[in-house]
Amino acid sequence: MKKLNITVTYLVFLLLLIIPLGQVLSSAFSTGFSGFWSALTDPQALHAFLISGILVGAVTALNTLFGVLLAMLLVRETGISRRIRQFLNAVVDLPFAVSPIIGGLMILLLLGPHTALGAFLEDHGVKIVFALPGMILATLFVTFPLMVREVMPVLQEIGTDQEEAAYTLGAGSWRTFWRVTWPSIRWGVLYGVVLTVARALGEFGAVLVVSGNIINKTQSATTLVYQQVENFNFVAANSLAFVLAGFSIVVLMTLEWAKRRKEV
Amino acid sequence: MQIEVRNLSKKFGRVSAVDHVNFEIEQGKLIGLLGPSGGGKTTILRMLAGLEKPDAGEILFQGNKVNHLPPQERGIGFVFQNYALFKHMSVFDNIAFGLTVQRKSKSEIRDRVHEMIELIGLQGLENRAPHQLSGGQRQRVAFARALAPSPQLLLLDEPFAAIDAKVRKELRTWLREMISRVGITSIFVTHDQEEAVEVADEIMIINQGRLEQKGTPWQVYKEPLTPFVAGFLGESNLLHNPAHIVGFESAPRPHSEKARVLIRPEAIEVGREHEISNLSAAALGIVRSVQFRGSVWQVEVEVGEHRLLAHRTLEKETLLPGEQVAVLIHSLHLFHDEQSLFLENELKRANTRAI
Repeated sequence: MKKLNITVTYLVFLLLLIIPLGQVLSSAFSTGFSGFWSALTDPQALHAFLISGILVGAVTALNTLFGVLLAMLLVRETGISRRIRQFLNAVVDLPFAVSPIIGGLMILLLLGPHTALGAFLEDHGVKIVFALPGMILATLFVTFPLMVREVMPVLQEIGTDQEEAAYTLGAGSWRTFWRVTWPSIRWGVLYGVVLTVARALGEFGAVLVVSGNIINKTQSATTLVYQQVENFNFVAANSLAFVLAGFSIVVLMTLEWAKRRKEV
Repeated sequence: MQIEVRNLSKKFGRVSAVDHVNFEIEQGKLIGLLGPSGGGKTTILRMLAGLEKPDAGEILFQGNKVNHLPPQERGIGFVFQNYALFKHMSVFDNIAFGLTVQRKSKSEIRDRVHEMIELIGLQGLENRAPHQLSGGQRQRVAFARALAPSPQLLLLDEPFAAIDAKVRKELRTWLREMISRVGITSIFVTHDQEEAVEVADEIMIINQGRLEQKGTPWQVYKEPLTPFVAGFLGESNLLHNPAHIVGFESAPRPHSEKARVLIRPEAIEVGREHEISNLSAAALGIVRSVQFRGSVWQVEVEVGEHRLLAHRTLEKETLLPGEQVAVLIHSLHLFHDEQSLFLENELKRANTRAI
């Protein structure tokens, strides 16, 4: 029985993960290494990687900052009434429940060129939708819960004693945060960062809706893969996909390592 | 530091945690806040530290109001119940924390930390992490950390609660010595009456957010002001009416239901007739049970409608259940009309004085 279970597990693993990945790999190299390489060094692909890089960098930085702040607020700020706290807590999880495409649509409907807010911003030279800011917003929406949900339980677990001890020893809130709170939550934050990076890199639906997928402008690596498939350029699509998958595997390995450190 | 508290009150939701508390503490005293769990002791301590905001009332240090000051500016040291050592720092860095905040020079910090480590007797453990220490050692480090920046007032929240019984006794003596050596005004919270009596110069009994009584342990034991204090500190028999107790026939007759009579077990002499010092002042009773209590026999004796617990020294003959004995009650406390009376057996000596 045990043997059967193990075999089935391996089979599922093989069918769902290894074979598709092998397929991507073989297709990427079906015209040899030169085909793979030229697909990656194509200017359009390079630009898409650049956009993805900026997207991941900006989203990770913003999400880390606001995620940690919101977690501190929800766990530590006793001044907020319980109802507001419960409401905020529920809203944090919203992106988990809402499809990314809907998330993208919400941004489009709020800030699109035909809306009051969008038109107003555009008049002042700020383009949000069909530009990088919109893509960052959409990815932020999708990744928002990841940091908060990682940091909140850690904050709850360490309690307020050590922070209060620091206060009674004369330390202000800034010093207390960096010397006392941060060392306790840093592995949780790193875990959140890794999750955010992985999610931001792989995000497709929300970004596709708000970016308009304009070549050499708002095209990210994932939306480029989609376009290459549409154009039957399977070698290019699979080469890009292989690089993205490889990067994700590295990121997830980091995650495993961070998880182990967090448990120490 | 001299401390004064006026009308201090704090509510959590609808529950009144601290209710119009007034007291004054002299410079250099070691004070024990004693009372049942959930009585508001810790809340008072946290308000003194500035970790909790009072709803009403004033806190004065050396005659200056400190209500508006955050904990950082009150010049206090706080020892938390679970020590709250910074778990990412070594023993050295823990003790040095308050000093680095004060921007002391490196050599000054090193000297002071070593002085503190010597004081608490943990030489050689400077580089240990808190999780590598025993409970008692952590307690000492927490104490040193709080004292290192030379605070004016030391506050300790249940400092011995998390330590096993044997080490606790040692640590109690140790802490008392340390505090008197440093000469710092200190307040500690405890729910253990033995601990409070043994360690404190003065104790304050806190119950349901109110200060019931303040005084030296002996005063509070000898002259409890309320039935609660009498019942909480030491063992006692609580009755409703002194009317039928031999030797107290002319005691005031309390009218209210709330009146209480308190008799300490050691104020009751139980024995065979030839053993009793003043037989004319004694009543007759029947022994109901006898229990060995470590250093005395605890005898439960039935006298008229009352059942009383009395102590009997070990060297005397053992009494047997069912035996008829003489019961001499030397003194009792009577609480009625917000008043506390200490009465002595009038057949022994007519003497009544108000406390």
